[in-house]
Order: sequence, then structure tokens, then C-alpha cells
Amino acid sequence: MQQDITPVSEIVEKYGRRRGAVIAMLEEIQALYGYLPPETLRVVSEKTGYSLVDVYSVATFYKSFSLKPRGKHLVSVCLGTACHVRGGPAIAKEFERQLGIRAGETTPDKEFTLMTVNCLGACALGPIVVVEGHYFSNVSSVKVKKIIKRTKAGLDKVEIEGDRRIFPVEVSCPRCNHSLMDSEHLIDGCPSVRVTQSFGRKHGWLRLSSLYGSYNVESEYEVPEKTVVNFFCPHCHAELRSAVPCPECGAPMVPMVVRGGGMVQICSRKGCKGHMLDLRNDDLESVSGGL
Amino acid sequence: MITLKINGLDVQVEEGTTLLEAAKFFGFPIPTLCHKDGLSPYGACRLCVVEIGEGPQAKLVSSCTYPAEEGLKVRTASERVVKARKMVIELLLASCPQSKIIQDLASAHNVHQQRFKQEYEDCILCGLCVRMCQEQMMAKAIGFRGRGERRSIGTPFDIKSDECRLCGGCMYICPACQLRCTYNEPEKAICGACANLSPPCLDKEEFKDMMCYMEPCVACEIKDE
Repeated sequence: MQQDITPVSEIVEKYGRRRGAVIAMLEEIQALYGYLPPETLRVVSEKTGYSLVDVYSVATFYKSFSLKPRGKHLVSVCLGTACHVRGGPAIAKEFERQLGIRAGETTPDKEFTLMTVNCLGACALGPIVVVEGHYFSNVSSVKVKKIIKRTKAGLDKVEIEGDRRIFPVEVSCPRCNHSLMDSEHLIDGCPSVRVTQSFGRKHGWLRLSSLYGSYNVESEYEVPEKTVVNFFCPHCHAELRSAVPCPECGAPMVPMVVRGGGMVQICSRKGCKGHMLDLRNDDLESVSGGL
Repeated sequence: MITLKINGLDVQVEEGTTLLEAAKFFGFPIPTLCHKDGLSPYGACRLCVVEIGEGPQAKLVSSCTYPAEEGLKVRTASERVVKARKMVIELLLASCPQSKIIQDLASAHNVHQQRFKQEYEDCILCGLCVRMCQEQMMAKAIGFRGRGERRSIGTPFDIKSDECRLCGGCMYICPACQLRCTYNEPEKAICGACANLSPPCLDKEEFKDMMCYMEPCVACEIKDE
């Protein structure tokens, strides 16, 4: 299948052909095509001056890069330590059985790709399964069928413009489960969400409104528009970074656990309003918008 | 100049000298496998381990990558070193028992036992061919792919690389190579010859333009006759 590879040159140019940015380039190319077509690696190698061998070895080294086309829905089953002891392998096996493929393979109808990953950074919610960026927490074998059914029916997308819901949420770090709420500091009259942010050479606190639907933030340093910021948990210092890119702008998403179960993800780009909400619901029928 | 002690002998070497170079210069033999003059040190095979430091701080380091330090005390053949070295050889022998070079090493270091399952791998990931291709042949046609137990050496996408000039340097330098020949898939072949008893490269069109670097090569001997 021949693909239009002109955007690849633009991506490489955007990073100034820097060799150190090869991983970031490959990430963006993968976000664009869903995998890394061989021709794109050649373009990256030509433009950066890196040999094709080196680009290829980077692309094969990291598990998140795929050289084979992936299915429409990417199912990642976490087998990290925390998810493993909570029954992750059984979940993976159940997915393998139901989809009729092995981990790492794609169904013949190109609908599902099943992957096992070593940690999704949401240990507090394990065993965890991520489908197209939507987090399914505390998954049991019974839920597997429902997840597949729901994915086939189409996972909810939050309509950024149409989503007018406003309600307070209480969030915690997906890695250490420590609460991120700061009741000393109010934004919109509610306790704020305190995280650590880092961009460029600046490193400081950032407080977000805990009202779902409000985009008010206060920060130690003024963040320029359109900057992608790295978020960290102020307690365990783990980077809050989701495996999926923002559906709006492609920047990494920032996952946070919602008290009561579920996951909210916000875009790490200043000014982008991309977000996702997956609330835990035992019947999994209405994960989004359940409140 | 840096002063250090090798096996109790005070020696002086230039700054930037590795322990391996220093020891060799002063006549202390250290066996090597993944180290070749003219290629950058890599520290993959761990055959060149030496013991540095004293008492509880003593540790094993690979001498080919460790630069000489002022006042360092190095032992190139202590009991611990010899034991570690023998273990390395035994493991190498298990992964690639058909390699003449590894067999010779085992014999030279009195490794007589084989406690591990023999794997008959065709590659020990020493990286010699990768460095040869990159540093001496200036080609960068082959490299490492994947990681962990799926790490392998080869061309990108397993097809003949545009950079490859079929120089055969990788075959020449490989300590484990005989089985690397991909005779039945000539489009993947790097040199296309092999020391097979019924050489597949004989009288076949696709191998006509390829050069042979095996020594000795059964096929070439037959051709010459």
C-alpha cells in the first residue's frame, strides 16, 4: 500500500532535522499513520543524516513503535508489576481468546490490534486496559467481552464544543494514587488540582480548576500559548503522560484518576481544550457521561 | 602520564589509555573476543574482565573500555577474574559451540565442561561486524535490531541494503559466522558463499557477481580445480 509521505518531511523539518529528536519524529509519524511505513524511515534517515540502520534500530528497539500496520482499535493490556499481580495475564489471555489472535497481532479484518505493555503509569487502577486512549480500570475477565463490544460500537468521543457539562471532580495521581487536590488554594471556588509542570528550563507548580468543563489554570510561570508542557505528580514525581496523543492536536495527554473510579485526561498543550473522560461504570454501558 | 599498578608492577601510561592497552603493552595477556585494533572498544563479550580496587571495593570491569586512572590497582589474572572469565567462555560456548574461535578460547583457558544447553546460535551479538561496517568500511549497512532476547544484527527490513557494497568485512571479522550465510535467499545475502559441503553458490546465476570471503571456502576450491 503506497502512502503519501510528504507530511513526513514536514515533521522532520519541524524538529530542525535534529538527530536527538528522532524518537519524537518517529512518534509523530506513528501518530499520523498508525505505524511506521518503511519509506518514512528512509525519509527520516535522509533528512537527519542518520543512517537508515540507526533509525531502524531505534524503531525496532521501542515497543511502542510498530513497523506493521495496526488495526483500527489498539487494545493495550497492561502486564506491569501491579497489574500482573492483580490478574493482568488472565485478561490478556481472555482478549487473545475472544479476538482469536495472539498478543502483538492484528485481527484479519484489521479491526483490533492486541498489545501487551509493561506499564501504563496507572498502577492504582490495575488491572488496566487501554483501548484507543480510553482507560478501562479494574478489568476482570468478564468485562473483556463488554469492552470489545463497546469498542466495536464506537467509544464515546467528548465533543469539545458540545460538551457543556460542569461538575467538580476529585483527582489523584494514576501512579501513586496520592490525591492531587489542594484545598488551601481555591480556583472557581473549589479546591484546585496541584501538579508540577515543566517546559523549556522552567519547572514549577500548576494549579488547575477541579471543575470539569472549566479551563481556568494558575501557574508559577506563564506558559506561552501552544507550548506542550510536561506534567509531574508532586508526590511521587512520576511524569503524568498517557500513551495516547490528544485527539485534537496530537500532543501527549495527561491522565489523572477520578475518585470513585475512572480516568480523566487533559491535553498537555497550553490553549488546547482536548480532553477525555472515562468514568468507571460496572456495566461499562455508559462510561462517558455517566454522571 | 598516569601511574598505576598492574599485578603489583608500577607502570606509567599516557592519559586515555585503556587498561587493556596498558596491560598488553606491559606484557600481561588478557584474552579478548569483541575487541579488535582499529575498531572502537565495545565491552560486549566481557572476556577481558580484570579486577580493580582492593578489599570489599574490588570489582570486575571490562578492561577494553576502562580508562587507566591514577593509582589504580589492577589484577589481570586473580582467582576471581579467572573464574569469571571461564564462566563467560562457558556461556559463549553454549550459545555458539560451532565457532572455531570460541572453541580455541575454551581450550586455551581449560574450560572442559559444558553445563548449559547448547543453543547453536549463529550470532553472539559481539557487534564486531557492525563496527567493522561503520568504522572501517564507512558503510553503515548493518546494525542492531530489536532488543532483549529478540536483538539481532542485520540490514534494515532484512533486505539488501543500498549502502552494502558486498565488501565482506562483516564476514571476515565475525567470530561465529559460518551459519550466517543465507545461501537459499540470495536477495538477503551479504556475501552469498558458505562453507557448505555441497556449496549452493556453485554454478548459480544469482551468485555470479558476488565475491567470496570465506576462508577456506569449499566452493571456491572446487571452482579452482
